[in-house]
Amino acid sequence: MKKWLGIALTLAALLSALGAPWLTAHDPLRTDFAQSLKPPGAPGHPFGTDQLGRDLLARLLHGARLALFIGGCTVIVTAIVGGVLGLVAGFVERWPSTVLMRIVDVQLSFPFILLAMTINAIVGLGLRNIILSLSAAGWVVYARVVRGEVLSVKQRDYVHAAMALGIGRPRLVVRHVLPNVAPSIIVVASLQFSSFIVAEAAISFLGFGVQPPTPAWGSMLSESRDFFYVAWWLAAFPGAALALTALGVNLLGDWLRDTLDPKLRV
Amino acid sequence: MRAYVASRLAQTALVVFLSLSAVFFLVRLSGDPVLLFMPMDIQAKDVNEFRQRLGFNDPLPVQYARFVGGAMRGDFGESLRYRRDALGLVLERLPPTLLLAGTSLLLTVVVAVPLGVVSAVRRDSVLDHVGTISTVLGQATPGFWLGLLLIYFFSVQLRWLPTGGIGGLAHLVMPSIVLAAFYSARIARLTRSAVLEVLGEDYILTARAKGLGENRVIGKHALRNSAIPIVTLAGLEAGQILGGAVITETIFAWPGLGRLTVQALLNRDFPVVLAAVFFISLMYTLINLAVDLLYGWLDPRVRLP
Repeated sequence: MKKWLGIALTLAALLSALGAPWLTAHDPLRTDFAQSLKPPGAPGHPFGTDQLGRDLLARLLHGARLALFIGGCTVIVTAIVGGVLGLVAGFVERWPSTVLMRIVDVQLSFPFILLAMTINAIVGLGLRNIILSLSAAGWVVYARVVRGEVLSVKQRDYVHAAMALGIGRPRLVVRHVLPNVAPSIIVVASLQFSSFIVAEAAISFLGFGVQPPTPAWGSMLSESRDFFYVAWWLAAFPGAALALTALGVNLLGDWLRDTLDPKLRV
Repeated sequence: MRAYVASRLAQTALVVFLSLSAVFFLVRLSGDPVLLFMPMDIQAKDVNEFRQRLGFNDPLPVQYARFVGGAMRGDFGESLRYRRDALGLVLERLPPTLLLAGTSLLLTVVVAVPLGVVSAVRRDSVLDHVGTISTVLGQATPGFWLGLLLIYFFSVQLRWLPTGGIGGLAHLVMPSIVLAAFYSARIARLTRSAVLEVLGEDYILTARAKGLGENRVIGKHALRNSAIPIVTLAGLEAGQILGGAVITETIFAWPGLGRLTVQALLNRDFPVVLAAVFFISLMYTLINLAVDLLYGWLDPRVRLP
């Protein structure tokens, strides 16, 4: 049940994101003051319109595109950076590894959302910088998990055997260690994905991150506060889209963990 | 034990110092905030004088040394926006945040632990399924959206509760529910699985076999033994609640540290940002230390080095 709900919700979000330009005839940025604040069900606007008369459905679909793009890019960047650093830290047990793990500790001594927000305020707003900020705040989880896994994989007999056969370091890592660490990377990635999406929305909601008029769910919610008394739909739909996407990805991640790596704690 | 606490406190100091330094350099590299505070028609000479007075014209190492020296004495400089001592500003905003975080943590434990225990004991009952569904939903619902929904229903439609600000108990209700919702969901899920795991142990069978009442089996043997992961998570959450408070405080106009931090970041009011970073990382690491010390008390098998 959980598995199918997760797959269904994730697929729905993915299809909305990929098919946004074809699923709606409206341009998410085109304003039409004659049509402003129409409730859901208005002719031509099944989800209603916002204060500038922009079609809410179009903005929601393009919002999905943005959310999944940011979440996806961040997951890829953090998995590669954190994964490589974790691999190195697990293999080289000298000072570089100690320094790296101290950095991880320092970073973990700060709430994730606050860290990402602070970095974003410093490096500047916009799409590229929000991905950068989330990545800079998020890579530590991979580094820690991967290092732990490498330390344990290194003690296995097959690694000793491969080393006894005179295999080179790079080959050892690629052929024997990486395949055994990969499941945890996939599980961490799937669990991180939804928290990146929610964090991006929260940061954009607070006024950093993606700026209006770009249709990001977080900044749409932020704008909706000014029209709270007259237009409930502006707050209801972007939030529901965000919650359902996060729910789907979470369920999928739980299922992946149960299947691939039941003992992993993130 | 004493040596352990001392070394952990030293580590705390190091961590706080390192995070402050990192933020200091990032902030300085991102440009100077002076122009933001100047009227549009200002002369370059005046800007320069202002920079000179705030010390932004000195070489970076000099600025850093001055910052470290000041921070040691608890002096983070003057807020660029409020023209007041940054540390004093942060200290003033600390009690509301502690009140909000404390209420939420209490609410979390009071709701989530019993829910998790009952779900585990009455496994696969209707209550367990309702509990599971609500925790899964609670975990996926972003706090700021939940906050908006609550304001819509309880303030705008029903007019029962104030939309924001600080005051009586009524002001505390919605912010603490929002902050507690997400964390309750996680703690309830973890409590359920931790209790389920313990219920399969031999000593539970023994306790039942010797005729102990079910309440005592659960309360004394099961819960106590499943406490470690619950306390760990609650401790980690206590730190994350500080992060969640940033968003909740902004929605409900709660005059706490989180809202101050957001405003300071938006205004590039860096002395306040640094003072806030100092307090947040200090509290966060101290909470983690407290959690580690709790282990030894909860489970005598855990030997602190």
